Formats: sequence, C-alpha cells, structure tokens
Amino acid sequence: MSNIIQQLINGIILGSVYALLALGYTMVYGIIKLINFAHGDVYMLGAYFGYFFIQVLHLNFFIALVLSMAVSALLGMLIEFVAYRPLRHSPRIAVLISALGVSFLLENGMSYFYGSDKKAFPQAIRTIQYHIGSLQISNIQLLIISTAITLMILLTIIVQKTKMGRAMRAVSADQEAAILMGIDVNRTISFTFAIGSALAAAGGVLIGLYYNNIDPLMGMTPGIKAFVAAVLGGIGLIPGAALGGWLIGILETMTQAIGLSDYKDAVVYAILIIILLFKPTGILGKNKREKV
Amino acid sequence: MTQLLTVNNLSVNYGAIKAVQGVSLSVNRGEIVTLIGANGAGKSTILRTIAGLEKVASGLITFENQGFNRMPSDKRVQNGVVLVPEGRRVFPGMTVQENLQLGAFSVKDKHQVHAAFDTVYEQFPILKARLNQDAATLSGGEQQMLAIGRALMANPKMILLDEPSMGLAPLYIQKIFDIIENIRNRGVTVLVIEQNAAQALRIADRGYVIESGKIIATDTGEALLVSDDVKRAYLGSDVLIK
Repeated sequence: MSNIIQQLINGIILGSVYALLALGYTMVYGIIKLINFAHGDVYMLGAYFGYFFIQVLHLNFFIALVLSMAVSALLGMLIEFVAYRPLRHSPRIAVLISALGVSFLLENGMSYFYGSDKKAFPQAIRTIQYHIGSLQISNIQLLIISTAITLMILLTIIVQKTKMGRAMRAVSADQEAAILMGIDVNRTISFTFAIGSALAAAGGVLIGLYYNNIDPLMGMTPGIKAFVAAVLGGIGLIPGAALGGWLIGILETMTQAIGLSDYKDAVVYAILIIILLFKPTGILGKNKREKV
Repeated sequence: MTQLLTVNNLSVNYGAIKAVQGVSLSVNRGEIVTLIGANGAGKSTILRTIAGLEKVASGLITFENQGFNRMPSDKRVQNGVVLVPEGRRVFPGMTVQENLQLGAFSVKDKHQVHAAFDTVYEQFPILKARLNQDAATLSGGEQQMLAIGRALMANPKMILLDEPSMGLAPLYIQKIFDIIENIRNRGVTVLVIEQNAAQALRIADRGYVIESGKIIATDTGEALLVSDDVKRAYLGSDVLIK
C-alpha cells in the first residue's frame, strides 16, 4: 500500500513537469490550431539556459530559473515570428511541417554546437530526503510541485483576469471578431508563445535539477508525452492540460512500479490511440463540431 | 455637413471573383446611411473592407482625411471605426461583462471605459442584468444588443452594422431599429446593411442600391423607399402592400 502511495507521489512530481509542457501545447493549439512539435525542444533549451546561468554565471537557482524562462519566452516569440507567422494563411499542414523543421533544427543545432553527450546539471540545491513513515520525498520534488502549482496559478490569473489574457481567449474563440475589437492578433499570438515557452523552460530546468543531467534530445519523449497529456485532458483547454499531465505522470510511474518499465512509453501512446478512438475531445472537452 | 468616410472607386476581389467593382460612396458626420441590394451584391464586402478585413484591390478609403487602405484593423478601431459583424459573433465561453470589456480593448483611459459601461448599461438594461452570464446562452436579440453594446464600448465615431436584424424575432427587429436611431442621436455616425430594406430606408438619411458589386442608384431614404425600381428589385412584393 505504501508503495502505491510512494509511486503516486513520484507520478505527481513527474506529471507536474508534463503539465507545464502540456500547457504550452494546449495554449498554442487553442490560439492558432497548431501542434507545436518544437515545444519539447524549447523545454530542452530552457534546461540548457538554466545550466548556463548556474554553471557558467554561478547564479542562484531561482534567479537562473526566472532568467531561463525569460530567455525562452523570447526564443518562443522568435520561433513563432520566423517559422509560423509567415505561414499564417497557408494550409495547416505547412505550419505543422515547419514546426517539425524547427524541432530538428534545435535538436541538431544543439548537438552540433554543444555536443550530443549528456551534461551533468549542476546541483544548485543540495538534495534533502524527508521520511514520513515509510514514504520519502525530497526537497527537489517539493520544489518541482510547488513551482508547477505556482506557475499554474499565475497562468490562470493572467488568462482570466488580465487584458492580455482576455485577448488570448478572444483570439482562440473567434479570431476575426477579436480583430474587430481592435486586438492586435499577431501580438496576442506572440504573447501566447512567450508564456508557453516560459512554462516549458521552467519544466526543463526543474527536470535538469531532478535527473541531474541534460542532453539535446531530452525534449523529444517528454514533448510527445506532454502532447498526449494535452489531448487526454482536452486540447485547447488549460485545466485539461494540467489534469492530463498529472494523469500521464502517474500512469507512467505506476507502469514502472508493476515491472513494465520497458513499456512505459508504449502505454502512453496506447492511451493516445484509445482517446483518439473513443473521446477525441479529451476528458474535459465537449463534443463540439469545429466551426468552418 | 462634413464628410466622415469616403470610399472612392473601390474594387475588392475574392480570388478571381470581382465582389466589388468601382464603388464610390460617402457618409457625412451624424448620418445614417444604408446599403441595400440582393444577397451577394457585395454589401458585406464593402463593410468588411472598410473595417480592414478584406484587401483593397484598387480605389481609396479615407476616414477623417486619413488613408485607410493600408491601415491594420486594430488601428482603424483606434481611429473610431467599428464593425458589428453579421451573425453577431459574440465570444462564447466568456461572460457578457468580458465581451463588453473586449469591446473597450482599444481604449486606454480607464475613466472612459467606465463611462462607456454606464452608457451601454443605460441603453441596454438587459445586458446589465446578465453581466455574469455566458454570452452564448443569450437569446439572438440579446446577443445582437451585446454585439452593438460591445462596439459602443470602443467609443466609436462611426459604427458599421452588417445585417443587425437578421434572424431576430419581430419584437426585437423594431427594437434594433430604435437602437440604431438612438446611437445616431448620441452623435455616432451609422453605415448599415439590412435585408429588411424598407425599414432601413425609413430610418436612413440616405441610401445606396447595390447590384453585382456596383452602385446603381443613390438618393435619400424617403425617395428610395417610394422608387418603383427599388421596390420591385429589392424590397419584394410583400413590402409594397405595407
């Protein structure tokens, strides 16, 4: 029993990182109907920025986290500006292929310039294990979940309460009507990429600290899992991304716990297939016909 | 009277289709002007082009002596031109209040936004009663009021209305026309497209008759209302009886 609870805890921690990533997928999908396949690579770059700020500039972990988020936000805006905006009026498939191209560019670019080997992520915070009965949890794990929840609360406030958040929702709901309100749609999309990329970077830095190493391909699998999480929760829905992230995290650790470690990724993909077959709108999604 | 909006020899294409061909029209400050014509005549396209949603193929749009041709839509809203689109297009999943706040997106001054809220509440008490309700749950007539209220939140100098009475219950249709006159009496200039042409001409100072992307007649509302050609071609026989 305590083993199950322990795995549940580990799952929630891992799921928090998936959730941070899934939020970016879902927001970008919500606003321009694009599955941003480069999103996992922004997470990877976020981790590298964190590595740079801590290892090279010897900054405090939290300052490094915030700076990495800020730089990644700019990077996200740049990617959107260079690779997606010129294709705004092209068929969706063109933008999708462009996203794949950006993904390969970032992965191979990083391998080329910094080597494809794993780098040890500096242990900026000394790990302390806490024992509660037979359960254990580390300060790093607590840091991951509290950072994730704090960022989700901040995101909710931005989306629900600010003028820019209202503009984001308006553009997702009806782009043309949003234009008629005097909303600058390009700026709003840019802002969405900035927020999504900052969240991904936070996930990357936290996972670097948690697993102690980073590499140029570290974003691939978590990227796809976070995408599955976003679809599972209901793509385009912010609470759905958080829910999906946690569910995928829990499911993955549970699969490992019952001795099927080799199949943990397969289970996630099997879930994607099952959702797409039976409830493509996801757990929180309403079955609604897409407006033409 | 001073000219507020001038459209000079405007052409607009949808791919190979020439939707608007050399249309010239003008709207003076404080006027209600209506465009009438059959479905597909190009009326909506003219309004959408003035709002910046369609590209000008040739011709010139000027508002208060400013060239509008290359100005992005959001800047046109800041300059005081707001389109209430066909089919209302309120934001579903957002409350009435949020929809109104979005209407004031281009207004920087908070006091102005508050004042605009007061004006809209006064004009549309029903919206105040439904402030926290999802806009998608309003009736068609209420949604149209929200769409017009939302446009007024931007403190426009000119409001463009695309088929405001379409699909509404008869009770609401009359209300919408009262509202249009009311808007003008507050000093906002109105350019309106209506399938309900007879009623539109009754409240309009002037009207233009559009056919296949061209203007074929223009006169005062009253004159067009009694013009036999217009009646036969656009108003339908049932209107003749009224």
